[in-house]
Amino acid sequence: MAFSLPALPYDTSALAAQGMCQETLELHHGKHHNAYVTALNGLIESKGLAGKSLEQIVAEAGKAGADGAPVLNQAGQHWNHILFWQVMSPKGGGDKLPGTLAAKIDQDLGGLAQFKEAFKQAGVTQFGSGWAWLIVGADGKLKVTKTPNGANPISTGEGTPILGVDVWEHAYYLDFRNVRPNYLDNFLNKLVDWEVVETLLKNGGLKSGQSA
Amino acid sequence: MPMPMSRRTALFGGAALAAVFATPRAWGQAAPPPSGPFTLPALPYAPNANEPHIDAQTMEIHHGRHHAAYVANLNAAVKDHSQVAAMPIEQILAKLGEMPEAIRTALRNNGGGHANHTMFWGVMGGKGGTPSGELAEAVTRDLGGLDKLKADFNGAGARVFGSGWVFVTVDRAGKLALASRPNQDTPLMDGGRVLFGNDVWEHAYYLKYQNRRPAYLEAWWNVVDWEKVATRYAAAKAGTLTV
Repeated sequence: MAFSLPALPYDTSALAAQGMCQETLELHHGKHHNAYVTALNGLIESKGLAGKSLEQIVAEAGKAGADGAPVLNQAGQHWNHILFWQVMSPKGGGDKLPGTLAAKIDQDLGGLAQFKEAFKQAGVTQFGSGWAWLIVGADGKLKVTKTPNGANPISTGEGTPILGVDVWEHAYYLDFRNVRPNYLDNFLNKLVDWEVVETLLKNGGLKSGQSA
Repeated sequence: MPMPMSRRTALFGGAALAAVFATPRAWGQAAPPPSGPFTLPALPYAPNANEPHIDAQTMEIHHGRHHAAYVANLNAAVKDHSQVAAMPIEQILAKLGEMPEAIRTALRNNGGGHANHTMFWGVMGGKGGTPSGELAEAVTRDLGGLDKLKADFNGAGARVFGSGWVFVTVDRAGKLALASRPNQDTPLMDGGRVLFGNDVWEHAYYLKYQNRRPAYLEAWWNVVDWEKVATRYAAAKAGTLTV
């Protein structure tokens, strides 16, 4: 088997009214994400990845440290983008979270407003390229964290992501230029599909279904 | 010297700046004016001077927003550290391990960003072409000639995963070498000197080249000012090259 670029769960123009223009989605999905898939497939044989799931590859590459970086860069980015497309939606945004997720955020993170601020700060302070995350940690509690470049909380062993935002400049430069904080506000207030996030919370995270 | 906005506007050309502000896409508030020992150097040319290879809007945002933010954050970091604030940036970066731990990361990221971009503006604005004289000899001797340098430099720049820079370094003997660094790190942090370098953060090229970093790397050689690079080469050998 080989890895494949999953179709976007909405049209490339579907998020334009919510701050993510068609050109951004076309490039981000069709060029950037696709390039990670192509590069990862090119590593299957030389890195002995055949038969392994994407999640397993990401976890093992993370444990391998610097030696794992060439695989993690591509495999992590493939996984990260699969999640990213899922957690946004044309019907996303708003402050009405489904009950289980809302209660969990209240209990573990002090409420929606505090969560949003922590998540935004994680994204703003990830210097260079990377991601900000909402994860379920090993203790079962929600936690906000961040990772550089292609890493993610699976590769670092920190927990199970249920929400992630891409803070590579390619994710927001056409829409927000250098103003990453506005991109993050827009993501949290207009793009996140909270129903999907709750489903990921209940299901123990995303299963990509992809393997080498 | 800190430059008042009015003079900067005049320098850049009102039309170019107006075009930037007329963009339908919001791109945020002006950076706060410099307050502290470090200042944003003026671009040594108009923002459209590197057209068509690097567009004016990219130059304006890159210099006036990204570089300005590094300067503002650097000044904020040294605000309560007068000894650090009194040091030249290249010394701060060469001695990062000795800097106060509370501001070390801020100095690395923002000080590196300030040094890298100051160098970057200073080696562009030219017409490309080829180096001459002693510099050309060094390129041939140490890097296999200009064509090989370009190929190796572009390859190294393309391989930087995420944000970073690709450099040619120079030592006191005038020996050249290729280097790349992540984020805003620089060979200055290892006590080295940078002859020239190219920014491969996506903000350096995304508006014009989008995901096509290799095309940007190739086009960039058309705006290198080899005379300025030669001046830096002579300064490096004289021990007077800073950032």
